[in-house]
Amino acid sequence: MKWDISRVNEWKSEEFPPGAVIPEGGNSHDYNVGGWRSERPVRDDKACTQCLLCWIFCPDTAVVLDGEKVVDFDLEHCKGCGICANECPTNPKFGRKAIEMIPEGCELPGVK
Amino acid sequence: MAEQTTVATTGNVLVAEAMRQCKPDVMAAYPITPQTTIVEEFAKFAANGKTHAEYVTVESEHSAMSACVGASAAGARVMTATCSQGLALMWEELYIASGLRLPIVMANANRALAAPINIHCDHSDAMGARDAGWVMLFAETAQEAYDNTIMSVRIAEHADVMLPVMTCLDGFITTHSIDRAEMLDDASVTEFVGEYTPRYALLDTDKPVSHGNFSGLGGAYFEFKKQQRTAMDAALSVVKSVGAEFSALAGRPFDVVEGWGMDDADVAIVVIGSTAGNARHVARDLRAKGVKAGVLKIRCFRPFPSAEIREALKGVKAVAVLDRSESFGAEGGPVFLEVKSALYDLDARVPLVNYIYGLGGADVRLELIESVYADLSDIVSGTAAPSAMQYLGTR
Repeated sequence: MKWDISRVNEWKSEEFPPGAVIPEGGNSHDYNVGGWRSERPVRDDKACTQCLLCWIFCPDTAVVLDGEKVVDFDLEHCKGCGICANECPTNPKFGRKAIEMIPEGCELPGVK
Repeated sequence: MAEQTTVATTGNVLVAEAMRQCKPDVMAAYPITPQTTIVEEFAKFAANGKTHAEYVTVESEHSAMSACVGASAAGARVMTATCSQGLALMWEELYIASGLRLPIVMANANRALAAPINIHCDHSDAMGARDAGWVMLFAETAQEAYDNTIMSVRIAEHADVMLPVMTCLDGFITTHSIDRAEMLDDASVTEFVGEYTPRYALLDTDKPVSHGNFSGLGGAYFEFKKQQRTAMDAALSVVKSVGAEFSALAGRPFDVVEGWGMDDADVAIVVIGSTAGNARHVARDLRAKGVKAGVLKIRCFRPFPSAEIREALKGVKAVAVLDRSESFGAEGGPVFLEVKSALYDLDARVPLVNYIYGLGGADVRLELIESVYADLSDIVSGTAAPSAMQYLGTR
């Protein structure tokens, strides 16, 4: 049975597992850490060679694949570390990387 | 009652023997006087195949406690030993061990803290760690150090507690003096402590867990501290029940506070550790002269047995608390402050005085204890008023 933390913000002291243990594995996906991000990765599909280095190096699970192709970033789990953009090789045809980091919020419509 | 062997040896050897008999899986320690012979003896057990424990030699006490934390989270029964500067160097890990609810058992050979450098006994090291969330037991004798070590395993691993336990013995006085003691046979101790079944073990790959998490989960740091408070409060009855069970096994009395002559005492000394013996010796002489003298020894300092102390001191006409450590700038030493607040709830005020004694191994001569009882008798007879905290025996 999966550990239900949907009401964690209402738990009383005695309801938490002693010692702040997380008593099951594979649940980091349930925890939204996207709010830590100050920069977000943006990928140009045309310049992307689908080398998958971003997917390999992402310390979380924030690079989303469809089959063997990068299609998106999971912004609920991307903390904006920029490792994907750093590892992204320069595409010689375009003279630039496919991934770049942009400041969070500034480029979004309606956000000042 | 179990079969026992009478031995003549030091407190440290007995602590090492008790640790071996409790069958720890991991021992990680760094040697420091006067604790050294504990880990030295244990290292011999490891080298000679007398223990299955993984003996981890580390480069500092900071690493020793870190290794203990990791091993305990992995699911092992873990022990270590330290004192003084070593305990001070463990400071941050002490809080991690208790916060992660890891039942590590650690012997502490009470020694003064520098500066100036001093290797001899006082309680500054342990008292500095009194708020770290560890259960704390103190031994008067080598025998008590042995007994406390065995009980500590059961207390630490009890489901209602799951906290680390520090078992303290006085540096050199108890750690290095040859004393007479009774040792239980290995099988009785093994049966008494039982197998450790961790609730959350990192190495149990069928039930994956993670330890050492950020308290972001529900923003619950405050709630986890409340859990620790609940566990520490629950530890008092666990200490008592484990103590009663151990008493039945070993035939030696145990209580969180142990009184001598307290039933009808007019004057009493409250004390921790080896000095209780000196106090009892003097109290016995005074009794022969008609002075109703008593001694109240605190054997469990965390959780603090306030109700038991209140009960024991009720009706005593004057009480002296002896502190073998300082709380600079406070009204008195740590034991005094706790005893005084325990007595606040009594309807009739008990005159209470405080003496700081024996810092850095300064001799605790019988004349000094006699002078304390004499001061108390003067307070009872009205020839002197209770004084503020005094240093006992300084030049």
